[in-house]
Amino acid sequence: MAVTPSYEAEQPAAGESASTGYDPNYVPDSVKSFVVHMYRHIREKNVYEIHQMYETSFQSISERLFKDSPWPSVDAVASYVDNDHVFCLLYREMWYRHLYARLSPTPKQRIDSWDNYCSLFQVVLHGVVNMQLPNQWLWDMVDEFVYQFQSFCQYRAKMKSKTEQEIALLRQYDQAWNVYGVLNFLQALVEKSMIIQILEQEKEGLEQFTATDGYDYSGGSNVLKVLGYFSMIGLLRVHCLLGDYHTALKCIVPIDITQQGVYTSVIGSHITTIYHYGFANLMLRRYVEAIREFNKILLYIFKTKQYHQKSPQYEQILKKNEQMYALLAVSLSLCPQVKLVEETVNSQLREKYGEKMSRMQGYDDDAFTLYDELFSYACPKFITPSSPSYEETLVNYNQDAYRLQLKLFLYEVKQQQLLSGVRTFLKVYSTISLGKLAAYMEVDEPTLRTILMTYKHKTHSVDSDGKITSNADLDFYVDDDMIHVTESKPAKRYGDYFMRQIVKLEGIMTDIDRIKLE
Amino acid sequence: MVGELSNTPANQKQQSSLSYTVEQLVAVNPYNPDILPDIENYVNEQVSSQTYSLNANLCLLRLYQVEPERMSTQIVARILIKALMAMPAPDFSLCLFLIPERVQMEEQFKTLIVLSHSLETARFRQFWDEMKFIFQKNYQVINIEGPSLDKFIDHHVANSGWTVEKNQNKGSHLVVLPPTEFNHPQLKKNTEDGIPLERIARMFPILE
Repeated sequence: MAVTPSYEAEQPAAGESASTGYDPNYVPDSVKSFVVHMYRHIREKNVYEIHQMYETSFQSISERLFKDSPWPSVDAVASYVDNDHVFCLLYREMWYRHLYARLSPTPKQRIDSWDNYCSLFQVVLHGVVNMQLPNQWLWDMVDEFVYQFQSFCQYRAKMKSKTEQEIALLRQYDQAWNVYGVLNFLQALVEKSMIIQILEQEKEGLEQFTATDGYDYSGGSNVLKVLGYFSMIGLLRVHCLLGDYHTALKCIVPIDITQQGVYTSVIGSHITTIYHYGFANLMLRRYVEAIREFNKILLYIFKTKQYHQKSPQYEQILKKNEQMYALLAVSLSLCPQVKLVEETVNSQLREKYGEKMSRMQGYDDDAFTLYDELFSYACPKFITPSSPSYEETLVNYNQDAYRLQLKLFLYEVKQQQLLSGVRTFLKVYSTISLGKLAAYMEVDEPTLRTILMTYKHKTHSVDSDGKITSNADLDFYVDDDMIHVTESKPAKRYGDYFMRQIVKLEGIMTDIDRIKLE
Repeated sequence: MVGELSNTPANQKQQSSLSYTVEQLVAVNPYNPDILPDIENYVNEQVSSQTYSLNANLCLLRLYQVEPERMSTQIVARILIKALMAMPAPDFSLCLFLIPERVQMEEQFKTLIVLSHSLETARFRQFWDEMKFIFQKNYQVINIEGPSLDKFIDHHVANSGWTVEKNQNKGSHLVVLPPTEFNHPQLKKNTEDGIPLERIARMFPILE
């Protein structure tokens, strides 16, 4: 009888990751030093140092030692930090985030991470948390929370390939990542932090929040307030994932996105806010608003992305940048606007989507394929919040939500099919009789009237207060049988251009002056 | 399009206690499956009292999204009809985004979507033809002619400067709309090229 050699028999029952040789209890020196220092900085409320360790040290240690394995378990490091309960929760939060980024979480790990967030948020909500943490970290907590929720919904909806144990686990822990739980935590953070009232009072000069970037310089803690603030953006994001754009925009009302704010203090939060704000407006047919905001953020990213090259968020920034160009292309095809897009952004846009945009104006099958393609590339990862039905045959329903949103979007595009033809004619004429236009468009007069009314309807958007504004760069009114076209003349920005050139010339002349001829 | 009036205090006779409670719930505690029956009752009240609340209806549709087994297609149909009447606001599409595809494939929803399409593309004749067909099929629909239309016109006479003239010859009424920016668009004088003085002031040293 063969005897299995002893070295094969014992495989350490390591953490459930696939990589071999991971020992959760082994704590390398750099990790020990990391947690000890981090713990001290947190106790001393040294936000700058915490930020350095969080952004830089954590990343470099991960690159060096934990490229494809998890960090040591929290139990192994707890003794170096006085078994501090809150620190352990924070450590675990980073631990799971690292896991999700580098490896794939197992079902049990997903559920454990949910438990950790519950404990962490509950401590913040009920306990007196006396820390100051960097905004980057607080944003990452909310962002990751929503991301893991989205990831869980996607995972749960793929029922086909689930094993018996997985299904049993899902049924047992049916509260984990439950949509009500997620929404209620975010809502609770918003309410308990009283952030809406704080922002209101700040407008009257009674409170200081934005001016200090959310930090508390009077000895208190910024954690609850800033988490509450970022949770509003979290709610915006979750509602977009569910397809409820109206409520999504309502959640973000307390934040004035035309101004700088705490949301711009972290680039990830700035981009996420504007991306979802723009997308929601696009689905609500408020194209001008979407275009305006996309334009601003794309210009901002263009100017500042070089400063983020080393940061762990760089890839995400680039991805969102590309997605927003696609959304901008879609918005401009549905609602042509010459004035709203800045030069730099426009040239980038032409480069990436110039050809596709002209094809999208065709409103034929080719055009619809392009709308489909761009929408699918750029849209959020919609989710179905309901639990799977364990009784029926197991199917994958993770694509259902996305398919519905895409279908409704294309439906709207189809309804605008004839508008492009109208615009072409209106651009050329200042007045034209209904009969003549009908003849050119090869329809009868009553049909033309309905087309013109559709044009009016589709180019005017209704905002949340019921106010109607015109999106159209080309408008008209009908007097008896004549159509009178009014076009708002595109602004040729001579003033700006001249100013720039004057300054540039001055600079060149100064430089030349400095040259000493030998 | 004859629309229902929004839920503004000026237009309600008195806000019912149900409506007050539900609006509070939706504002303060919307992610709570227990409030589902309350909102369902509120939808029925919206129908009978000719009021409308988009926020409450969206909240209910979200709850249905999470627990599809509790969905009542009749209530959903009523929400959609109410949304239809809120045009030109895009409420109807907003509701559709939250209703699962397989539910939208049901006959009554397909009909409503066709109606919405007719309205969105300004095919009013077609819309009324389809409505007549629906009435004939005896399908429970809110009466949107008669009293609603009068209420709508009265509201606009009071608030938006409309006047109603009686047309002598045909015995019908003519609604006269005041000139607004929408029916008399002017060529927009483009003042975009104005540059604030401060910016030019910065250049004075160069220009000297």
